[in-house]
Amino acid sequence: MQRAIVRLLTCGSVDDGKSTLIGRLLVETDSIPYDTIESTKKIRRSGSTIASGEIDFSLLTDGLEAEREQGITIDVAYRSMSLLDGKRLIISDAPGHEQYTRNMAVAASRADIGLVLVDATKGVRTQTLRHLTICSLMGVNRVIVAINKLDALGYKKSIFDDIQAELEKALSRMQLPDVIFIPLSALAGDNVVGKSKNMDWYKGPTLLDSIQSWRPQAADEGQARMRIQLVSRAENFRGLSGTIHLGSFKMGDEVRVFPSNQVTKISKIIANQQEVSAAHDLEAVTLVFESEVDATRGDLIASSKEELHPSDRFNADIVWLHEDALIHSRSYLLLAGSSQTPATITRIKHKLDVNTGSETAATDLSMNEIGSVEIATDTPLTLLAYSQSREFGNFILVDRLTFNTVGAGMIRHSLRRGENLTYQKYEVNKVARAAQKNQQAKVIWLTGLSGSGKSTIANAVEKRLYAQGMHAYVLDGDNLRMGLNADLGFTPEDRAENVRRVSEVAKVLVDAGLVVLVAIISPFESDRRRAKSLFEDEEFMEVFVDTPVEICAQRDPKGLYKKAAKGGIPNFTGVGQDYQRPAAADLILNGQDELDENVNKILKVIL
Amino acid sequence: MLVNQQILKALEAESIEIMRETAASYKQPVMMYSIGKDSSVLLHLAKKAFYPAPIPFPLLHIDTTWKFKEMITFRDQAAKKAGAKLIVHTNQEGVASGINPFNASISEYTRVMKTVALRQALDKYEFDAAIGGSRRDEEKSRAKERIFSVREAGHKWDPRNQRPELWHTYNTRLAPGQTMRVFPISDWTEVDIWRYIMQEDIEVNPLYFAKSRPIVKRGEQLIMVDDDRYPLNPGESIQMQQVRFRTLGCYPLTAAVESTAQTLTQIVDEVFAVKLSERATRLIDGANEDSMEKKKSEGYF
Repeated sequence: MQRAIVRLLTCGSVDDGKSTLIGRLLVETDSIPYDTIESTKKIRRSGSTIASGEIDFSLLTDGLEAEREQGITIDVAYRSMSLLDGKRLIISDAPGHEQYTRNMAVAASRADIGLVLVDATKGVRTQTLRHLTICSLMGVNRVIVAINKLDALGYKKSIFDDIQAELEKALSRMQLPDVIFIPLSALAGDNVVGKSKNMDWYKGPTLLDSIQSWRPQAADEGQARMRIQLVSRAENFRGLSGTIHLGSFKMGDEVRVFPSNQVTKISKIIANQQEVSAAHDLEAVTLVFESEVDATRGDLIASSKEELHPSDRFNADIVWLHEDALIHSRSYLLLAGSSQTPATITRIKHKLDVNTGSETAATDLSMNEIGSVEIATDTPLTLLAYSQSREFGNFILVDRLTFNTVGAGMIRHSLRRGENLTYQKYEVNKVARAAQKNQQAKVIWLTGLSGSGKSTIANAVEKRLYAQGMHAYVLDGDNLRMGLNADLGFTPEDRAENVRRVSEVAKVLVDAGLVVLVAIISPFESDRRRAKSLFEDEEFMEVFVDTPVEICAQRDPKGLYKKAAKGGIPNFTGVGQDYQRPAAADLILNGQDELDENVNKILKVIL
Repeated sequence: MLVNQQILKALEAESIEIMRETAASYKQPVMMYSIGKDSSVLLHLAKKAFYPAPIPFPLLHIDTTWKFKEMITFRDQAAKKAGAKLIVHTNQEGVASGINPFNASISEYTRVMKTVALRQALDKYEFDAAIGGSRRDEEKSRAKERIFSVREAGHKWDPRNQRPELWHTYNTRLAPGQTMRVFPISDWTEVDIWRYIMQEDIEVNPLYFAKSRPIVKRGEQLIMVDDDRYPLNPGESIQMQQVRFRTLGCYPLTAAVESTAQTLTQIVDEVFAVKLSERATRLIDGANEDSMEKKKSEGYF
């Protein structure tokens, strides 16, 4: 079996001659329009030594204005070319510096082949090991190590052999099953497309040969998988659309839908605007089932013989992509293909030194860092180990406020814990318990600066409710820190965990049918959002007690502002740490208004 | 199956996946329809992606009032045949100001009648995602474009602040004020487009085929005089010449190429043989080396 489109990742820096190598590959396979080649004879980088009128091969793969000025490629650029055997090669070109590890991971995520450049005049450098480590982590199938600039070293075999031997030692700790070493010169054109006449001692393939000879791994017999992208509805028609990403589906096949675990048969396959009897890997199709089953966007359809286990706990490797560090306990959106669910990193086990491959203990992950983590999802997902399936073993993490893509993950395995815990259903439920008390269970979440008046308001509201015979309870952030949360400090990570625990306790109390008043600074919007996500829409009311920080500092009921001003409390909200004002509070109270007025505003909603 | 057919099949499947992802993710998606060959392919892919259901989004054409007459006729027929809703928008303030391809610089004209017009239309109809037919092989700054590409408030593109895009896991989410541009045929090349049109028997605009047309030669460019609004310089005259177009746009700004290609096969052969990048016939892109990137940051497609 062959794949008509092959994706190649190129790693290395401009100094290694990467752009020159790719440029030459493009020109020698006749993949560049003449006018584009002409323009590379005119434009010059600052400091370029290439004579005017000659082709500067390196200019063919560079992109944006600012980057050209700096003489480096910062982002990922894509370029298509035709291989001489007619197949299509899509090159993704990523920068190789350590501060661009994330860009390389992005480019590697879809690459079949990784081209790692080594500058022979400099030998093996840390960046080479880093590039190989990322290829291994991202599951790049074949790696070609191109040992470049041998023309400058008299095309000596011993230099090539030494570099190969040194790299093979490092490769033993990686998961790279297929590595090819090629001695070449991008500048002189040796072993790029044509065999070198200067290196008779090398009997292996040229760069082009080793790209053209790559084949994908075949699916095992009976395997077939597709994730549902879209439920397609037309007159008397309900189908499930998606792209098959492994194996084949045939009409009459018995299939299983995950996570519902229901079994049915395929009654119709639509591809190319007609009914077909079978469809294969990488085809976009619409499947119609014989019987009505629970199936929606994000669900996985697989052969009924496959044993897949949806889970809500996973071990995973994560590449952090964003300037804001990964925060333990914070809630992110996890997207995997068309599936999505809120998720929390419950443990950072260690981070990976991309240069040496060694693991060190860690409590957070900054941009460009790679770590091994445990992750908990709000709903079970059918994810496979990345080593078995790149397509069904990957996910990204998205910030819940900005919706930026902040992390990329590869599943190592699902954790049994999630699977063995099943939610016990009791017959007396939340609604019944609340009805017995003649009330509706609710959370009133009071957020605001220290000294803004949250506790005072909560206390007054509880008194009024009590007087009316209602069942309420106050969860006070400070009080809980003396017991349940005594192990937590005030870093953003600990605050996230603090809010998580308080919201879980509130959830239990709501389930008991109570009106819960939470008084907690909860300075971060994402943490408050996560708390809100635990409840039904009408159960949760976010109340922002808006009191200017100067007023809070004047009141200073606990003397904390004075202490913080002297530097005695790092991370004090409003002094050393920001308070993020709620973007969409259900109620905003002016903390300087009369207490009764504020209490009445809240009671109006509860009663 | 021949390797070229396999390539087209794989490209087609990826594009369909992206269109379905768009339809599933947005409240008000729209598909840009610019009447060219890429739009014809997009429209064909959209039919396939959702069959037997109808195409779930309208088509949007930004009409500068300077398009070839044959484009407008073709547009109305194509939308009708596809059973899709067609929205046509023109920047009326631009028209009222009297700006045209001759009294303003090309870049200013493009900004007003195309970029601003597009922003007006997206705002007016509150489209949260716009599907476009740009390809990475067209131009250098497009090579770095994402498939799902976020536009900040005001439709601005910040090439330095793009979301990382990994695997087939597309982040389609939008923060308040943001909109999305979606490029389902990013990985296609010009030859792929023509081969696919041939394989699928997709109807394309007659302007792509060589025919004797009224041409004036200005500098190196062959301009077809489509109506009497084109002012001739002293010494210029209109000659009938056998030409075709590689891209379609505003007629005074879209140069023709001398050609005898009257069938799709002949066009594919010609595209292979000429090996000139297709945007070279677009007058607006040549203004300076990085003009496309600048236009894109302002909201151009």
